[in-house]
Amino acid sequence: MGTYSVERTKRRWAYIFLALPIVFYVAIRFYPSLFAFYLSFTDWNIVSVKKNFVGMDNYSKLIADPLFWKTLGNTFKYVLWGLPISLLLGFILAYNIDRISFGEGFYKAIYFIPYITSMVAVAWVWRWLYQPVPVGVFNNILSALGLPTQAFLQSTTQALPSILATTIWADLGFQMIIFLAGIKAISPSLLEAARIDGATERQLLWFVTLPQLKATTVFLVVTGTIRYLRIFTQVMNMTFQGEGGPLNSTKPLVLHIYNNAFKSFKLGYASAMTVVLFLIILVVTLVQMRITNHEA
Amino acid sequence: MKRNTIVLSSIRYILLFIFGIAMIFPFIWMIATSLKSGVEVFSLSLMPKNPSMKNYLRLVSNGNFPYWFINSLYVGLVVTISVLFFDSLVGFTLSKYSFRGKQLIFVLILSTMMIPTEMLVIPWYIMSSGLGWLDSYWGILFPGLMSGFGTFLMKSFFEGVPDDLLDAGRIDGLSEFAIFARIAMPLVKPALSALAIFSFIGNWNAFLWPLIVVNKIRRYTLPIGLSFFNGEFQNQWEMVMTGASVATVPVFIIFLIFQRQIVQGIALTGVKE
Repeated sequence: MGTYSVERTKRRWAYIFLALPIVFYVAIRFYPSLFAFYLSFTDWNIVSVKKNFVGMDNYSKLIADPLFWKTLGNTFKYVLWGLPISLLLGFILAYNIDRISFGEGFYKAIYFIPYITSMVAVAWVWRWLYQPVPVGVFNNILSALGLPTQAFLQSTTQALPSILATTIWADLGFQMIIFLAGIKAISPSLLEAARIDGATERQLLWFVTLPQLKATTVFLVVTGTIRYLRIFTQVMNMTFQGEGGPLNSTKPLVLHIYNNAFKSFKLGYASAMTVVLFLIILVVTLVQMRITNHEA
Repeated sequence: MKRNTIVLSSIRYILLFIFGIAMIFPFIWMIATSLKSGVEVFSLSLMPKNPSMKNYLRLVSNGNFPYWFINSLYVGLVVTISVLFFDSLVGFTLSKYSFRGKQLIFVLILSTMMIPTEMLVIPWYIMSSGLGWLDSYWGILFPGLMSGFGTFLMKSFFEGVPDDLLDAGRIDGLSEFAIFARIAMPLVKPALSALAIFSFIGNWNAFLWPLIVVNKIRRYTLPIGLSFFNGEFQNQWEMVMTGASVATVPVFIIFLIFQRQIVQGIALTGVKE
């Protein structure tokens, strides 16, 4: 009887503790998600009072919108160039930082600091570095060395790689820290056993370290894909008037969504694009769960 | 063989150092420029000839900048306190009580991590404009009051707290809330400090939602203010760099003080998967 009432009291408190959080998650996460789906089937633009149900109209408009495809293409450029490069550099750094005997904390700090810095501040610093002569430091250095100056952010071909360089620079530290933790988690006896069997350092890297980092890599690929798919802040702050120019050459999907929703107030149309983004992220996450479960 | 190893490790140190300098070069240049006067900005020399805090003073006496700084600080602190309290409470409840629907609630909270903010901002905006939350602190901070990530983090830490300790509290007649606040919370301090740091830095740097919800210039947070800075200080790059320095230096300081917790916390969340 005594334990029964203790259990009942505990259960009652559990529900009391969860009451406010449940309200929060329903009202601020789940309801808005469903509302975004609903909006994507309407033609609502905040100004007019009435929302008309338009079925799949927004989605068929989307398929016919060349700017949607352009921005989606740009987004994939960011993902497919940026992520592999930052993963590779992050791994090389982690592998080498693991093998030095002093200064580990110092190197971890300088490589990691860009990751936790405000992307807006970072974007403006880099925007300034990329300016033409006499303002931009990069071009000043190039011209001091007698090399041709570059257009960087003002060129339709160089702007996206320039923004990508900033992004990779800011992102590198995260990949490095996670890889380093993964490397440190490899059991030393595994490496020792391979060494006794006469494995060279290169063989250790290929046949012990890299296979042991599989779960870490899957995690980094998935979280990184999601981060690069959502690229926005740096493009908005590094391009003229935040337009993703020149000529939309750097504009990512999220900036197209932002402009449609909050500059043209086409909330229904923008919602349809956010649903597409959500579905892409969902697929990436499900693939990760699939791979991770196979491992386990 | 021995000599080879020494050569190899020296190369390693040198390359890590050079690459490291390249990594912090933009920050060094940013801070150096913030100490320069307007005409000196165009000179290629890194060190300012007469370093002065004049730009910083101009920033402080500028009508809006101090507001942005205080807004960011305020929003960051309130959200952090809320996240620490609620994410812990939910994590504690989900790990230490048994009741119907527990697993479902946990999975649902966890699944919110998968919803991209981009999909939520349009409904949040409609909600905020209907309820009069635009341009208010509450409007900026309400979406961040609780987080799936923090709940997940705290739950896994509370799982390591022995039930016996909690039962001892019950025998002493403590209420369930006191057991949470006075027995369980002090035992997970490392997780709380990691969560506090992530939450504060994340909010200090947040851009998309504050950009949408705030229109009044005095309600801007620092990143929003910075993003429209160039309009105010036409091409005065030394002022832009000063603003950027003010936005980044607090984060540097937090990082240097709590480096260990940050690195461990990040590694933990990454490797646990």
